[in-house]
Amino acid sequence: MTVQTWTYIFVALSFSLYIGIAIWSRAGSTKEFYVAGGGVPPLANGMATAADWMSAASFISMAGLISFLGRDGTFYLMGWTGGYVLLALLLAPYLRKFGKFTVPDFIGDRYYSQTARLIAVFCAISVSFVYVCGQMQGAGIVFSRFLEVDFTTGVLIGMGIVFFYAVLGGMKGITYTQVAQYCVLIFAFMVPAIFISIMMTGQPVPQIGFGSELTEAYGGGYLLDRLDGLSEQLGFATYTEGQRSTQDVFFITAALMFGTAGLPHVIIRFFTVPNVRDARKSAGYALVFIAILYTTAPAVAAFARTNLINTVSNAEYAAVPEWFTKWEDTGLITFDDKNNDGIIQYVGDPETNELNVNRDIMVLANPEIAELPAWVVALVVAGALAAALSTAAGLLLVISTSVAHDMLKRTFMPNISEKRELAYARISIFVAVLISGYYGINAPAYVAQVVAFAFGLAAASFFPAIVLGIFQKRMNKEGAIAGMVVGFTFTAAYIIYFKIINPAADSAENWLFGISPEGIGSLGTVANLVVAMVVARFTPEPPAEVQKIVENIRLPGEAIAR
Amino acid sequence: MSDSSAHSYWKANIRLVLSLLSIWFFISFGCGILFVDALDTIRFGGFKLGFWIAQQGSIFVFVALILIYIRAMDKLDAKYTLESSSKSDEASQEGS
Repeated sequence: MTVQTWTYIFVALSFSLYIGIAIWSRAGSTKEFYVAGGGVPPLANGMATAADWMSAASFISMAGLISFLGRDGTFYLMGWTGGYVLLALLLAPYLRKFGKFTVPDFIGDRYYSQTARLIAVFCAISVSFVYVCGQMQGAGIVFSRFLEVDFTTGVLIGMGIVFFYAVLGGMKGITYTQVAQYCVLIFAFMVPAIFISIMMTGQPVPQIGFGSELTEAYGGGYLLDRLDGLSEQLGFATYTEGQRSTQDVFFITAALMFGTAGLPHVIIRFFTVPNVRDARKSAGYALVFIAILYTTAPAVAAFARTNLINTVSNAEYAAVPEWFTKWEDTGLITFDDKNNDGIIQYVGDPETNELNVNRDIMVLANPEIAELPAWVVALVVAGALAAALSTAAGLLLVISTSVAHDMLKRTFMPNISEKRELAYARISIFVAVLISGYYGINAPAYVAQVVAFAFGLAAASFFPAIVLGIFQKRMNKEGAIAGMVVGFTFTAAYIIYFKIINPAADSAENWLFGISPEGIGSLGTVANLVVAMVVARFTPEPPAEVQKIVENIRLPGEAIAR
Repeated sequence: MSDSSAHSYWKANIRLVLSLLSIWFFISFGCGILFVDALDTIRFGGFKLGFWIAQQGSIFVFVALILIYIRAMDKLDAKYTLESSSKSDEASQEGS
């Protein structure tokens, strides 16, 4: 059977599974719709969190980015996992103990202010929208390449599926589809990685194969030494050495960590477990499940890079394999025979380099480059879709709860009936799907870049406000509001300036302290913290009952002070 | 729960979190970023040590830190809930 047939089979099978689960787990109440009734076992929540978290960027783009960045790619690996330590130690247990539905719920109640609540709603919606557009785009790339439909049609199909189970099941449907999606995506990521590791190093565990010697067929010697040698020979940067400045790597890593801990769609997952202890446990499970993919990704990156160079460097253009021409059709690989010798010169020097490979395609193209069986290639497609759709669903839920619960129920229409609230939640998911689909089709940058914005914004707005709310009893509404506004505005302005208004100036000499727009969120976080603490010092302390809330969430276990 | 035991529970909690976070910082920002070049002079198997910590080792440490935290907090919770008479509705559903 061809790759095409296998792809249709896998995609159809996995999609019917998701739809089946959605029908089985329809939501009847707002509590089920927002937090799956608060009864999700920690292991299931760990898997759902992992799928929720690992987006099209993790699955499709990350290994590819690392294979072009080499050691600098580290900031994705550490940033997107290290944030879980912050989440588990500083946020998850306390927010569960606080026990509401959403992040704006916490901000609004802790800071006894509707203004704070609305700012949180605004931040949650903007972060989630930016992020969800990236997912839709990811799904579009996959559909257009492997199902050979038009990019727009691809996005529309993705929208349709997410819409179906998110609207029907809310958090309950999303949680259980995410458990299934985690299984699909981790299997799809690991199978080709193990195949390629065995092929290239004879070592079935990719994490070990990463540091092993290549087999005779690949020329022997340690994989990483070989890759360094090849890179040097062709004039690329040495793979295991860094190119970016230390402070930039430092700040990007920090921004991704704080952002991870501040992303509302990840935080709300901890409201779905029965108690505080389970919230801690599910954070542990989540990172274990995430680490399986994240420790494999750098190995995949090194394998893919070596394989790509071996396959295309100095190859005759007329004799390139089928995958090469197919990716060329999508415009994601381009070849320009500058010296007209019919041979692909793939080198570091832009003057003589003839080949451009889009970074987003490495994971998708990897099994084909390594000539793995057709079903493995198709499996990767199903995995990529699972990754994109699971994250999109989680984000859409945040948007919907922010509108229906935080804006309508808690702010503008407090007397709304539960039935009406549920209807509004479903309508807002519908509208959100339409808007994100539109931006998925017409977005400016590539998947990982789009997602990087969301992290900076989440880091600079939510993370400090929540941490201060728990660990500083004296923190008041004036401080929190000023901090969030300053952090968010500063970060958004910096990113918009360098990415949209004046992209020509986007280089190290113009950056503030040498920090790139990807890393500016960490400075935004610091700004938020400092402003919040200074303002809180000069304004009245929070009312007694709010201080009581803070004391309560600090008590052990499920205990509540009387 | 009395105010003083709530206070000492919170202090113990903060101590635990701070010590775990200092390991977190040392491994990721320290070994993975600031001292990575120095550590790269040490090799094991096909890896340079700094490169390995940055791309894989740190992630294993993060997992270990959370697991230690879960253990330690369970112990701390048990100790302090025994001391107090307040009932805890730990309808704990063990993950299968």
